[in-house]
Amino acid sequence: MIRESSRLKSDANFREVVPAGDYFIRVIKAGETVRLLDLEGNQAADTLFYNAHDPAERYSAMDTIREQGNVYLTAGTTLMTNRGNPLLDIVADTCGRHDTLGGACAAESNTVRYALDKRCMHSCRDSWMLAINRHEEFGLAKQDITHNINFFMNVPVTAEGGLTFEDGISGAGKYVELTARMDTIILISNCPQLNNPCNGYNPTPIEVIVWSH
Amino acid sequence: MAQSLYEFTMPGGHHWSFRMRRGTRLRLTDVHGGANVGMLFYNPENLLERYNAPDTLKGQHTFKLTRGNCLYSDMGRCFASIIDDSFGWHDTVCGNLSSKACLAKYGDHNYQTHHNDRFLSGEDSFLTELAKYGLTERDMAANLNLFSKVVTDDLGSMSYDPTASRAGASVTLRFDMDTLVILHTCPHPLNPAASYPAQPVLCEMLSGEPVAADDYCLNFRPENQRALENNRLYYLDPPMGNQTDSGRSA
Repeated sequence: MIRESSRLKSDANFREVVPAGDYFIRVIKAGETVRLLDLEGNQAADTLFYNAHDPAERYSAMDTIREQGNVYLTAGTTLMTNRGNPLLDIVADTCGRHDTLGGACAAESNTVRYALDKRCMHSCRDSWMLAINRHEEFGLAKQDITHNINFFMNVPVTAEGGLTFEDGISGAGKYVELTARMDTIILISNCPQLNNPCNGYNPTPIEVIVWSH
Repeated sequence: MAQSLYEFTMPGGHHWSFRMRRGTRLRLTDVHGGANVGMLFYNPENLLERYNAPDTLKGQHTFKLTRGNCLYSDMGRCFASIIDDSFGWHDTVCGNLSSKACLAKYGDHNYQTHHNDRFLSGEDSFLTELAKYGLTERDMAANLNLFSKVVTDDLGSMSYDPTASRAGASVTLRFDMDTLVILHTCPHPLNPAASYPAQPVLCEMLSGEPVAADDYCLNFRPENQRALENNRLYYLDPPMGNQTDSGRSA
């Protein structure tokens, strides 16, 4: 569902551009709103969320899609935790549909999906692995790197049970905005994938913008 | 020839765990219809390697799991291949029945009053078995729900298909790695049954032939060939004949 935001960038209390291939980690306080902005279009922002006070409670793709009865995420979706609690609400979305079935790219899965010699190409999961070891203060470990959201990514499921990675439906300037229901760690990998159309074979920067209200 | 090594009929609404050896098979049968098998896999040599539903689905461009599909780990390997399946469409995106939802849906049916006929949730079942290996809720990834079919429409709305279930449906997994299997027979979270469905599942462990170059799962998708090649690297097996030259079905 397309829903625009009335928030102004000039009112934001935090802004940071995240280049493709980098990670981003920060606590979003309860009541704060975070916008992920697709600066150049067709980018994929692979994102995980955790309860900042107890990261064993985290975003759960299964609980979220099951409870809303729909496999796609958009404005109106409440992201649920593995303990069945609301974590964030998607309050604005100019893209219209985001994936949470496809997971993140990894060096290991790239060998399966594309070719064995893709092993040493950069990947989202490697960004997260570096993030959790560089930022031990968040208390995250490998078992916390679980099934994520792919903001701006288009992964249609068919009635026959097929699943495909389609060209993105995002474009330059499209965004998704989420309001935190609890103090939340946001961990993003701005996807470096070069092997599929999830980001148009051309990974580009995103911007993270936070408002305190 | 497959030889039966062990068999056990799990009552509905219970949990179990065991280690499958590489090359062995696990055949599961929904004895009376209406069963669900929640299942998770871990590498017993490195418990941080576990079944990864997103990698399994996107790697094979599928939302459903059936014969031909391989069940991938998060390390680009294949834990198990579905070598036989008379059910046709198994779910792996709906997760588990939580304890909260179990109580709300089916009412309080506790051990004190009902002993082993209590209504157990998939969540408590997994937590119980995971703890035996030092694993916690942090290790609980998206699970398989065998014998449960969930479909989507054009807008992405999901629905559980209660007509898919039938007595005698069976699925056979060939383990391509040594695998810690955690499973329960608790209800699927979207099962609309008004009373707690507690249906037994026959578990048969079987021996079997090694993977041949013309293996159906190996050739089902080129991704499966590469996943099994990653298994070969893990075990440092000699290269398998001319498998990469064999015919591939689309």
